[in-house]
Amino acid sequence: MKLRDIAHSRTGDKGNISNISVIAFDAKLYPLLVSQVTAARVKDMFKDIVQGEVVRYELPNISALNFVMDQALGGGVTRSLALDAHGKSLSSALLDLEIEGGIGDTDEAP
Amino acid sequence: MRKIRIGSGAGYSGDRIEPAVELAEKGDIQYLVFECLGERTVALAQQARMKNPDSGFDPLLEERMRAVLPICASKGIKIVTNMGAANPEAAARKTAEIAKAMGLPKLKIAAIVGDDVLDACKGSDLPVLEFDSTMRGLGNKVLSANAYLGAEPMAAALRDGADVVITGRASDPALFLAPMIHAFGWSMSDWNLLGQGIVVGHLLECAGQITGGYFADPGFKDVEGLARLGFPIGEVSEDGTLVVTKVDGSGGEVSARTCKEQLLYEVHDPKRYLQPDVVADFSQVTIEEIGRDRVRVTGGQGTPRPDTLKVSVGYVDSYIGEGQMSYAGSNAVARGRLALDIVRERLKLTGVVTSETRFDLIGVDSLHGETLGARSEPYEVRVRVTGRTDSLREAVRIGNEVETLYTNGPAGGGGATKSARDVVAVASVLLPREQATPSVRFVEA
Repeated sequence: MKLRDIAHSRTGDKGNISNISVIAFDAKLYPLLVSQVTAARVKDMFKDIVQGEVVRYELPNISALNFVMDQALGGGVTRSLALDAHGKSLSSALLDLEIEGGIGDTDEAP
Repeated sequence: MRKIRIGSGAGYSGDRIEPAVELAEKGDIQYLVFECLGERTVALAQQARMKNPDSGFDPLLEERMRAVLPICASKGIKIVTNMGAANPEAAARKTAEIAKAMGLPKLKIAAIVGDDVLDACKGSDLPVLEFDSTMRGLGNKVLSANAYLGAEPMAAALRDGADVVITGRASDPALFLAPMIHAFGWSMSDWNLLGQGIVVGHLLECAGQITGGYFADPGFKDVEGLARLGFPIGEVSEDGTLVVTKVDGSGGEVSARTCKEQLLYEVHDPKRYLQPDVVADFSQVTIEEIGRDRVRVTGGQGTPRPDTLKVSVGYVDSYIGEGQMSYAGSNAVARGRLALDIVRERLKLTGVVTSETRFDLIGVDSLHGETLGARSEPYEVRVRVTGRTDSLREAVRIGNEVETLYTNGPAGGGGATKSARDVVAVASVLLPREQATPSVRFVEA
């Protein structure tokens, strides 16, 4: 399944740094996010775009992860050559990430 | 326990106006906050002010004030806004003029000044945070330097009876924190209360983004009534507890999931969200749905405020030239790629000097590059070439090379556009807070 089946997401921008939240639809799915949506996988997915490091913050209280991606916006919204200078579309791209196992194991349709 | 209701009437300068009118009319609010100032807006507004000393405030200020002032005046709703941009005093005078022309009772309108710290910053040794330079290094390219002020001067203006408070550069959540400090008498060193107040402000500051805007994803997150989206109301208790809601019957949704997305929007380390009034800690925040379109948010904490204020420095960075052209029908992507290759070679052949370039096929890979974009073959593509240069003259040449594809490029290219502009960019420095001295100036309508 895709990340989009179990989580939602929003991108924010500040200077040349983009942050993407990944929030479990259900608190029971949060451990799956923690184990599978790692900073390394996010960095790999955006390797053509993000020049700096990717740091992950965990927020178990709200079943969310926050990825902070340095040097991700072509110099920032004010000087970027990109069409989406804010990087607002990045969250939707991340939701395409493949997730293995999880909710489907017990209640999959026949 | 005492409570106030704060409406969020705008999430950015160009935002819709009628949801704010709806809030004023039907929201049972005591405060209406308009957050209208983007990162680079002050620098552009400073440029406008240099040409005309009575300008430099938000372009929609007049329209917004005309729409809400009569309702707010009749109901005693206080307005707090950063629509002052580069010229809060002119914005206050304009607002007074509007109130007078509309025959409203005497209103006290406060302008918060002192965020302009250009003199303290220009030519100094303060290091730029984003790249290796100092203020001196930026030299004459610097257009503006504005410190993010905290809630104190706005709260002082409210205490002194302001009906409308207009600031320039201030932290966005501080626009909301000020009414809380004023209404509840919060201490400026109660870090946990201030931290929770920042949670409240941060959640409300983008208006529709917490009521279902920037959220809908059909089949995954369906939202009703986006064309008549209601803006949020924060019902804040004296202890900082927030209930987010909206006007009954307006479109959109307030739910745990809309609130969670907004909590992390533009946040880096959730334990250390730096603000002029407090370092807020979002890590222990809890979010619970307590009714239809009612979400309770508690648990924001904080630690002592930083010794420095963040300053946005506007400077002339470079020039950007751009050209676009469309291809459709059979083999469109291949013709688009050929067009890009031709322009790439032409820029070299004709010696256009660029420090950075970008070659996109819109509809194929313009957002996230070739790897993520190489998935489908669309019916049409739009070629886009853009580059950074040191002069406007050089920037113009980029668009020209795209336009000449008409008669010199692949078959069937159409719809060329080109542009060239200067780039006013923003960098940040940290200024010792003593060097910014905000004050309140009143104008009577």
